[in-house]
Amino acid sequence: MTDIGIMENSQYLTFKLDQEVYALDIIQVREVLDFTEVTKVPRMPEFMRGVINLRGGVVPVVDLRLKFGMSITEKTVDTCIIIMEISLEGESTLLGALADSVQEVLTLEPDQIEPPPRIGTRLKTEFIKGMGKKNDEFVIILDIDKVFSSEELTLLQDAEEEPVLKRAES
Amino acid sequence: MSESNRFMDAYRQEAEELLSEIEQAILDIEDDPEDREAVNRLFRCMHTIKGSGSMFGFDAIAEFTHHVETVLDKVRAGLVPVSKRLIDLVLASRDQIMMMLNETEGHQKPDTGTRQKIIESLNAMLFESENDKTLSAEKDIGRPPSFDTTQGKDMTYRIRFRPNREIFSRGMDPALLLDELREMGDCSIMAHTDGIPSIEKLDPESCYLYWDIILVTAKGINAVRDIFIFVEDDCDIRIDIVEAAEQNVEEPVPRLGEILVERGDVIPETVTKALSEQKKIGELLVDSGSVSRGKVESALIEQQRLEKQRLSARVGTVRVPSDRLDKLVNLVGELVITQARLSQVSADMNHAELVNPVEEIERLTTELRDSVLNIRMMPIGTTFSKFRRLVRDLSAELGKDIALITEGAETELDKTVIERLDDPLVHMIRNCIDHGIEPPAERKKKNKPETGTIRLAAAHKGANVVITIEDDGIGLDPDAIRLKAIEKGLIPKEAELTEKEILSRIFAPGFSTSEKITNLSGRGVGMDVVKKTIESLRGTVDVSSVKGKGTCITLKLPLTLAIINGLLVTIGDSYYVLPLATVEECTELTKEDVEKAHGANIMNVRGEIVPYVRLRDHFEMKENKPDLEHIVIADVYDKRIGFVVDHVVGGHQTVIKSLGPAFKGVKDVSGATILGDGTVALILDVNALV
Repeated sequence: MTDIGIMENSQYLTFKLDQEVYALDIIQVREVLDFTEVTKVPRMPEFMRGVINLRGGVVPVVDLRLKFGMSITEKTVDTCIIIMEISLEGESTLLGALADSVQEVLTLEPDQIEPPPRIGTRLKTEFIKGMGKKNDEFVIILDIDKVFSSEELTLLQDAEEEPVLKRAES
Repeated sequence: MSESNRFMDAYRQEAEELLSEIEQAILDIEDDPEDREAVNRLFRCMHTIKGSGSMFGFDAIAEFTHHVETVLDKVRAGLVPVSKRLIDLVLASRDQIMMMLNETEGHQKPDTGTRQKIIESLNAMLFESENDKTLSAEKDIGRPPSFDTTQGKDMTYRIRFRPNREIFSRGMDPALLLDELREMGDCSIMAHTDGIPSIEKLDPESCYLYWDIILVTAKGINAVRDIFIFVEDDCDIRIDIVEAAEQNVEEPVPRLGEILVERGDVIPETVTKALSEQKKIGELLVDSGSVSRGKVESALIEQQRLEKQRLSARVGTVRVPSDRLDKLVNLVGELVITQARLSQVSADMNHAELVNPVEEIERLTTELRDSVLNIRMMPIGTTFSKFRRLVRDLSAELGKDIALITEGAETELDKTVIERLDDPLVHMIRNCIDHGIEPPAERKKKNKPETGTIRLAAAHKGANVVITIEDDGIGLDPDAIRLKAIEKGLIPKEAELTEKEILSRIFAPGFSTSEKITNLSGRGVGMDVVKKTIESLRGTVDVSSVKGKGTCITLKLPLTLAIINGLLVTIGDSYYVLPLATVEECTELTKEDVEKAHGANIMNVRGEIVPYVRLRDHFEMKENKPDLEHIVIADVYDKRIGFVVDHVVGGHQTVIKSLGPAFKGVKDVSGATILGDGTVALILDVNALV
């Protein structure tokens, strides 16, 4: 689906993290919720904010700002949870992402999208599907499956776990 | 899926079920060669496989099965004796049919060689029986000359044949069946027309008629039944022996009752209702003094048993894909959550008119939940019966003499649990056969009975099902395990361990005390995989053993995976659920208690020292620590461990929600649940917390 998405006109949901504009393929977005209380899951990396109740289901919520190396998301009136469908180890699963504000749904033609730059962003290049151009402004189109690939999740969990263990030993 | 494919799938499913029934029947026959009921069952299964096989285009299967059926027919008639050779052959044929079923799915290449061999042996058996027919008849003086006692003499049968309305659309013609009956002997048929509706409502393609048939024949009841073999599943057929000279002279009265019931119009859908009506007739008879209560009751029991057999044969099955069931279970889970929320809102509002309907909904939801979870419940016996074959084949291969005793086959467990149990159980039983039970000669030397015993038992115990696998073999040697564990670096050399702790090392990955690796065990899954599977089902494994006497492995499993009884507690602002099954008691942890322990995390509970874990510290929560904390004492690996929480809220029906793959790495939490007010509470895994 991703390949066709870049070949044809696609719609993207744009949102803001800090002052930068990011975009997600609308196909992966299920819904946008107001910020609700998140139940923290103990001893998980900080960017895994916890879980919420989505109409009787339990959905994990991640803090994209923390994941991308920014400061923790502060709750404002504009703060939203974007519920998206990602595929994790071949399994389709729901995941909520915190965003400072949700902007609009944007239609981009293939020639408006450029390949990701090698340098100049604070994200890993593989997280970026492309750079969309709109009114001389750039939006970063995320490859959200890559951002939350199982390696990314376990990598950070291991890194987080070690200091905890050391503390326990001392 | 195309129409014909659907039929073929249906046939395949049906055939697989029949094949497992065949396996059971033949093993029953092996245990008791006189078991006529099993022989008949076996024959009927084979006959159905053959019949529907040719109907759905599985010609090869039909042709092959025909040979088996021919032999079984002779067995049924008592012309071919039940022998080990026969049993082996039937089992081989069963496997062959199973393979042929898979072949058509394209799994395997046809193996015509084996098939031919089986057919040849079957024919040889037939030939032998033809040759010494007279001889075998003489030999068999001890046992009944034929398995079918009704065969060979004139008997009168009363048959009530009420075909399914749609019988024509299934390509059956009841008239043909009636003709067949006529050919069997003196036959009078009466058609009942009271089911025919008025002409406007009449559907010309439906069958509204039913028949009472009185048949006198010497061909035997099985021959009569065989006529209806293709329609018995969806038609109501009753075949009764009206006149069996020896039987009825002594007890004429129950016969009268039977006739009364027969004539009193019993609709097939309400057989149970008919049963209660029957009782009334029995009581009437007793009241009038024409028969003793005991006699009526015994007749009733017999009749009820017959009805029950028929009911269980016909009602039992509606095939539903399991994902639809899962969806239903999920929906009910959500309903339970919403209902809890509703109850809470209603309690807060304290509105008089609201209370009643809310309570009603609560009752209905609980009932609905129980029945939906019940749908997923299956008797574990289906799994047990598979092991009979396993034990039979493996013990023959190894030259050991082993009897498998199963208990509690009717114990019900969630379908998913049963399916996941399969591999661990196979592994453990293989272990028993291969490593546990000694060869007969060795057993004789040790003064044990030459036949080894494996006991496989299941039983309910509270909210759990306990499965035990016990053998009377060589048992585990704690010293050998200890040495091996030290050698593998699993325990330090100087460690002092109890026997139980040593034995539990067999669950460590890569552990095996057996020196040799056979083709049965010592490869593939080990006990560590068994343990992992059981733990993933929220169960526990326990092993006990007496050296030289035998080993006993105990599995403790929860009844269902979807809903557990939990204990709701709070730490800070968060709610947590502890599985109630592991909780033993709750008590207060005062400041004095903490001071007395001088910084150690132990507490004195009625003279017993209980170590505890401060969940607050463990979860790195610092703010709002209350003055009085509570401690929940749980049973963790047979030790009492306390968990310190802020408050204990109370019992909670916990609908388990998975945290999903994103939280795969989390260790202390086994899932989440949603509370009445919509907040999420985490379910703690006490085993992982320690």
